[in-house]
Amino acid sequence: MDFSYRESVDLRDAPCLSGENFAVEVQACIARGFRVGAFFGLPHGPEDVGLVAVLCPEEDGNLCVLHSRPLTSYPSMSPTCAELHWFEREVHEQWGITPEGHPWLKPIRFHAPARSAFGEVRPRPLPGQTSYFAVQGPQVHEVAVGPVHAGVIEPGHFRFQCLGEEVLHLEISLGFQHRDIERMLTGGPDARTMHLMENAAGDTSIGHSFAHCALFEALTRTEPAPRGQMLRRVALELERLANHTGDLGALAGDVGFLPTLSYCGRIRGDFLNMTALLCGKRFGRGLLCPGGTKLDVDEALIAELRKRLAAAHRDARGAVDLCLYSNTVRARYDDCGPISTNAARACGLVGVAARASGLARDARVQFPVAGAAPGDIPLSKCESGDVYARACVRSHELDRSADFIQRALNALPEGKSAVSTPALPPHRMAVGIIEGWRGEICHVALTDAEGRFAAYKIVDPSFHNWFGLALALRGQQISDFPLCNKSFNLSYCGHDL
Amino acid sequence: MFDVVRERVRQGYRTCRYPALAPELPERFLGRPRIAAAPCPPGCADCLAQCPVKALELRPQGPALDMGRCVFCGACARTCPQKTIVFSRDHRVASRSREGLIISSTDPGQQPGKAIPLFRRSLRLRQVSAAGCNACEADCNVLTTPVFDLGSYGIDFVAAPRHADGIAVTGPVSENMRQATLDTFDAVPDPRLVIAVGACAISGGIFRDSGECHQGVSALLPVDLYIPGCPPHPWSILDGFLTLMGRSR
Repeated sequence: MDFSYRESVDLRDAPCLSGENFAVEVQACIARGFRVGAFFGLPHGPEDVGLVAVLCPEEDGNLCVLHSRPLTSYPSMSPTCAELHWFEREVHEQWGITPEGHPWLKPIRFHAPARSAFGEVRPRPLPGQTSYFAVQGPQVHEVAVGPVHAGVIEPGHFRFQCLGEEVLHLEISLGFQHRDIERMLTGGPDARTMHLMENAAGDTSIGHSFAHCALFEALTRTEPAPRGQMLRRVALELERLANHTGDLGALAGDVGFLPTLSYCGRIRGDFLNMTALLCGKRFGRGLLCPGGTKLDVDEALIAELRKRLAAAHRDARGAVDLCLYSNTVRARYDDCGPISTNAARACGLVGVAARASGLARDARVQFPVAGAAPGDIPLSKCESGDVYARACVRSHELDRSADFIQRALNALPEGKSAVSTPALPPHRMAVGIIEGWRGEICHVALTDAEGRFAAYKIVDPSFHNWFGLALALRGQQISDFPLCNKSFNLSYCGHDL
Repeated sequence: MFDVVRERVRQGYRTCRYPALAPELPERFLGRPRIAAAPCPPGCADCLAQCPVKALELRPQGPALDMGRCVFCGACARTCPQKTIVFSRDHRVASRSREGLIISSTDPGQQPGKAIPLFRRSLRLRQVSAAGCNACEADCNVLTTPVFDLGSYGIDFVAAPRHADGIAVTGPVSENMRQATLDTFDAVPDPRLVIAVGACAISGGIFRDSGECHQGVSALLPVDLYIPGCPPHPWSILDGFLTLMGRSR
């Protein structure tokens, strides 16, 4: 069933497919040019779980939703649609639904199963304890890293299969950050809901809370206050500026180019402090609410923001250009961790990583939020798919986000910053799609007969992109891992939820 | 080379002189809460209903707020009909004791507690992210930038627990990070410290009721320093470290 990303549907209006037909339909959609936005299990009763797939068009247009009857197995789609392999593992781990013919069904979060798989009680796996891809042969060696890494960074486990310096394969095992957010969200919304959104991935507090607000407004058919909507978009781009600046600095640090590292570390804070001017918190917590923003700005604050933004943008430009125009930096960024356009499409990359590989994927263009013109923040794209391309996409986006914020603050709509929203309607499904700084954030929720969340699915861009990092490192030197890793800078908690 | 030098001059000197000079905090910043000694209207419990983390408790003399649970969202202060609860802009919230985090009208939060002279000049910490959302981690990390210049206080985040004086834990400690957190602590030589950074590490924060988390490192190890916030402001974290070292003003 096709539907607009800004409207809600009743899933009961869509045909309820058998497992076989569901798999056929999903693959047919992907063959027509759709990609996977979300794929998850939907409980119909205590022992009955069906599948739901939300598919996004490559160009702008309507989304497609497909769903199945309660089932225990279905034909795996991973062999033909590589981008689904992680999703199929997730659903198997959560609900015990087996994709028959999946190449390697391993846990991705190592949590206790949400229910016993139809009577069969599975023991809880220990974190990271599973079979790993291994390369055999003389002089082949394995390097295992984590979960606790050497820096101030989230936990994850990495296994490199190496021949000398060359990485033949990298396998990434996550789940250490699993907090069970999606289960905590069911039965809501309540006083915790917005806080859980802001904590899904702390560095993307605005992105995830914006996606939730967009979803909430689609469910309740609310048009957000134009002023609040513009302030949210300003906050979203400030979040992008802060994180892109931090990433560009960290990339410079990983090749030993220290001036840019030092400047960007400070300038990132300047952007965060601008968000704190809006709401008191550097990560933008407490700013957004369904209907608009909780807090408004006055003329003095707008002037201060514009002044600070101009200064911080100028500093960021200077710091980043220093690094991108340096020959020694270019020598390290060029051809490091390349991903071809075809590979990026096959494994379903989104966001900066997708655009660096030549894919025109940007939710700000394809799924503009209410009141936004599709081209008011132009898409930034590169072709080479290497670390340099991922740095360049970020660098272009610094200019475009800063330019947008200046224009937005210059012409902020008048009126209140928020409108009130009604209670959620029963038996509706809607999505919230926002281009966070890492990439497309997709929230999907279905309400029950009482208008409470029966299921809430969060797809962080990292969920699509972690496999991209593994792919990027193939054939690279293991010493380039930090650089490749930083060029993706994916979220562990956003993946683990 | 010339470009590098020119840019260096243009970017200027940006390090703050903390704690000699008070840090600049935004107008809307919510810091240490204060509770006025005014009796609540009979039957009023609006603040309790608004709190997402059950940080408030109604006592006969008025509400008591647990900063260890508080996410500093300000919902209680906004809903309070007579402004009994107010959030100040004071970033100094750290305490050596769990009780020191509880604020009421009769007790504005105890003194931060005694410093440990051994660490006065040098403090090396191994940071452990145990299901943190990466906000606390980011605000620890930012201390190493030139604005804060953590190294100039003799404080460093180190890679190996063997080189550390203690661990700074962020996050509610998921079941999947429980063993790794305990193993990291075990690898730190005595005498060793545990610092809980953020509401999650102190009490589980917003994830307190998640069956997959352990209500913070406080539930697993004895904690020497609590730094509340969601996330704590970098200045709050630095103030906490300096409190422990006996160098806070």
